[in-house]
Amino acid sequence: MSSEGIGARVLRKEDKRFITGAGRYTDDMALPRMGYAAFVRSPHAHAKVKSIDASAALEMPGVDAVLDGHQLVGDGIGNIICGWMIHSKDGTPMKMGAWRALESEVVRHVGQAVAVVVADTQQQARDAAEAVMVDYEELPAVVDSLDALADGAPQIHPEAEGNLIFDWEIGDEAATNDAFAKAKHITRLEIDNNRLVPNPMEPRSALASYDKAEEHYTLYTTSQNPHVARLVLSAFYNVAPEHKLRVVAPDVGGGFGSKIYIYPEEIVCLWASKRVGRPVKWTSDRTEAFLTDAHGRDHHSTAELALDADDKIIGFRVSTAANLGAYMSLFSSSVPTYLYATLLSGQYNIPAIYANVKAVYTNTTPVDAYRGAGRPEATYLVERIIETAARERGLSPAEFRRKNFVCEFPHQTPVIMCYDAGDYEASLELAMKAIDYDGFPARRAQSEAEGKLRGIGMSCYIEACGIAPSKAVGSLGAGVGLWESAEVRVNPVGTVEVLTGSHSHGQGHETTFAQLIADRFGLPTANVSIVHGDTDKVQFGMGTYGSRSGAVGMSAIVKALDKVEAKAKRIAAHLMEAAEGDIVIEDGEVKVAGTDKKLSFTEVALAAYTGHNLPEGMEPGLKEGAFYDPTNFTFPAGTHICEVEVDPETGQVTVVNFVAADDFGQIINPMIVEGQVHGGLTQGIGQALLENAVYDDEGQLLSASYMDYTMPRADDVPSYIVDTTTTLCPGNPLGMKGCGEAGAIGAPPAVINAVTDAIGDNSMSMPASPAKVWSALQKGGMKQAAE
Amino acid sequence: MYETNYHRAGSLAEAESAIAAAEDGKFLAGGQTLIPTMKQRLAAPTDLVDLRHLGELKGISKQGDGSIRIGAGTCHADVAGSPEVQAAVPGLAALAGMIGDPHVRYMGTIGGSIANNDPAADYPAALMALGASIETNKRTLAAEDFFTGMFETALEDDEIVIAVTFPACAKSAYAKFPNPASRYAMAGVFVAKDDDGVRVAVTGAGQDGVFRAGDMEQALGANWSADAIAGIEVPADNMLSDIHGSAEYRANLVKVMAKRAVASLS
Repeated sequence: MSSEGIGARVLRKEDKRFITGAGRYTDDMALPRMGYAAFVRSPHAHAKVKSIDASAALEMPGVDAVLDGHQLVGDGIGNIICGWMIHSKDGTPMKMGAWRALESEVVRHVGQAVAVVVADTQQQARDAAEAVMVDYEELPAVVDSLDALADGAPQIHPEAEGNLIFDWEIGDEAATNDAFAKAKHITRLEIDNNRLVPNPMEPRSALASYDKAEEHYTLYTTSQNPHVARLVLSAFYNVAPEHKLRVVAPDVGGGFGSKIYIYPEEIVCLWASKRVGRPVKWTSDRTEAFLTDAHGRDHHSTAELALDADDKIIGFRVSTAANLGAYMSLFSSSVPTYLYATLLSGQYNIPAIYANVKAVYTNTTPVDAYRGAGRPEATYLVERIIETAARERGLSPAEFRRKNFVCEFPHQTPVIMCYDAGDYEASLELAMKAIDYDGFPARRAQSEAEGKLRGIGMSCYIEACGIAPSKAVGSLGAGVGLWESAEVRVNPVGTVEVLTGSHSHGQGHETTFAQLIADRFGLPTANVSIVHGDTDKVQFGMGTYGSRSGAVGMSAIVKALDKVEAKAKRIAAHLMEAAEGDIVIEDGEVKVAGTDKKLSFTEVALAAYTGHNLPEGMEPGLKEGAFYDPTNFTFPAGTHICEVEVDPETGQVTVVNFVAADDFGQIINPMIVEGQVHGGLTQGIGQALLENAVYDDEGQLLSASYMDYTMPRADDVPSYIVDTTTTLCPGNPLGMKGCGEAGAIGAPPAVINAVTDAIGDNSMSMPASPAKVWSALQKGGMKQAAE
Repeated sequence: MYETNYHRAGSLAEAESAIAAAEDGKFLAGGQTLIPTMKQRLAAPTDLVDLRHLGELKGISKQGDGSIRIGAGTCHADVAGSPEVQAAVPGLAALAGMIGDPHVRYMGTIGGSIANNDPAADYPAALMALGASIETNKRTLAAEDFFTGMFETALEDDEIVIAVTFPACAKSAYAKFPNPASRYAMAGVFVAKDDDGVRVAVTGAGQDGVFRAGDMEQALGANWSADAIAGIEVPADNMLSDIHGSAEYRANLVKVMAKRAVASLS
């Protein structure tokens, strides 16, 4: 292994260009004769579009065209799809309303695009967009999922009666009801999971151009999965066949899920570039990002946990209303179903589980996967109710969890998942030691002496990454396969290019992936380039989301490396007249073991390309590809413990200590993993204490800017203590599990468990804002006074 | 942002004539509110008259009577870091150091802040509690007469703030509870005690912008201690209420911040 191999804290190769402002993002791109798009958006949450009058806008300086949905539909551009079919418990398929990239009949959320202006400058386009006269007839709106399900609620899509998209179930209802009938203790909780806005640093952007001579389109865009974008744009939106469409996702400044989907704006830019006859660029402003980037979470749930006389969990019953917003985004249906309810067993032995999920249309921005996607919602439910049950039973939270931990693997849960490996006790112990759990009472006493309340809460999360295998997800309704591809190209001079279908938008792939080559051949990472994000360069790939680039993407690279290594060894054995089995590759050299015979890696590479002296029948070149389809999900797990201090006079919650003890399996670059954990925890603490997308009754987003939407800042979070335990994942060659989302999944219940411990009120919902905590304390105070 | 005409004024006289000639002109000071508002297309002045380069608006000086005169174009960081301000009006220096973030403190100016009179801005509380006077290109106004309501001041369209003068007040302090999102004040309370008595001004919480808290002033005049505030009921009637907190919560914050400001001085 070289100093840059697996396990080394190699500094991120990509950071130099990011830190010096030399990164190249979509909005940095410019093409000759480029025009700018600006969208005319609905100010209403629900309204009939009676007419669109573009005459004044068309007269304005620099304006090339004003296009609306009639032209879009007329040109055969397809409706926006949802890529995962869910069937209701009665067997009927989900009821999906039509979503057009430009809507010309009924708008269903504030910010929905009804027309687009293309002009010479961005300002001209925006000025003209304001001059497009749209006559709306307002309709009543509904924003909350439970309100939308109620009798007499406004009907949003004709296809989905009562706004119910599907009524889905998982688990054995009868067995679960039996468990509750036998239970000695039942814990009940009403739990909301607050709606979040993803807020990547770089807003979405698209630059589309059409080459008339080749009848070929190019789209530069902010995508986590350019190949999937091309596939969907081609197969469903009829923009162009795949071989006539190149999608490039250059540097992308964060996604968190929101850049998986193909949004109306990208489709419209492509379509408009041909219609208008010039390249068309659009870059979202921050307000548009708040209104149109797919939101996350937004569940209302009731959860019940059944215990026997020995405080063993015997049943878990959940009912959830999931708000999917006004339209079904690309993977929206999978999030509150297979990415959510399959994790309801947590780290625990639960013999019977039943969950019912109703997915609901509302007049809000569409909701889809956001960092964690379903797993944070499941973990929040499980870990809140576990903590609550422990408190109700007078058991320590750790003791109650230990009593119910899964300890033997593989473990088949009643909700599809089969956990392959783990040691939940180990991470719990590590986390408790790291936070000095035993010293908490003394710290609490100290806080109380200073007029503060102190609380501690834990969360023993499990999640599923590297969503797979393709055959299994296909049977559950996925419209795509979930494998990954890679190609390793050794150049004649011995440098290496790795082409990957994964996409880096902050994850550090250019460094971590290069470490695999350093590890395998002892080459410096400086000699390795990672090529990604361009459908013209990389044959195919499924992109990056669900913490899959390590477990799936890097496994594909490993498979390709195996082939390259084998061929290099054959060539070297031939050149050095040795047995293939005696060849070893280390420190950039290809050696015959036990002798001083060796060749440099470059000499072997050059020999492969000169072809002057290769083994009989061998093709020249040193380049191999592989597709990797995993055998199972991976199951990262761990314990997060949060300690908070509450100022009872203001309700301000301060996170004073936070420990994360995670099991991610094999780690390639611990520094990058720690960065992922820090970011995830901060988003998790953000959800628990700060972030909240709030609509008023008319469907206006009240928190549509940073004046009202609270993003976590550095001073909102403590210095984290992060550590790891390791059980290798048996399902992939590196034993990796994935680390990108764990922080956002594990942190929220740990924080709220700590807050509820501090204030003694278990009804606290996220975000535990100062006003809400103060108000809970006032009620508690009044209750105490009354008693 | 809509198209606008930019004028860089080299003198007060130039600024006055530029604004007079403009169809719908606006003065630009630090631009910490105006520029974002224009970028969001919520403001559309035909002309921007930039006051940032006027020597007449710069500088902090101690006057003969011990008061501190701060040029309207002085940025918050300079007020926070000024030894003269720190010595004469420590609460004012502390307040300036709490405004926004470092970027805002090096761009935003005292003149721009008070001319905008955001109901959640910090400076208005200091001006009211300290009995500051505002010098313009036309007249001198008492703080009480200057702030007339939410985003409203006595300034005429062509009137330019030149300087703000604060009487020295060694016992002065500011306590603020920031809005979690914007970090503007949800309740900011400035207390000032001198030989004439105690003055308390509140920003961030009131529906009509900054206001004096008469009950607290009386109570603290009689008993200068945080305990004196404990018995006072702050009514929620005229408090703001929004997604970040109810009127009752803001009323509570006013009381708590007042207590903390006083406590910091004893």
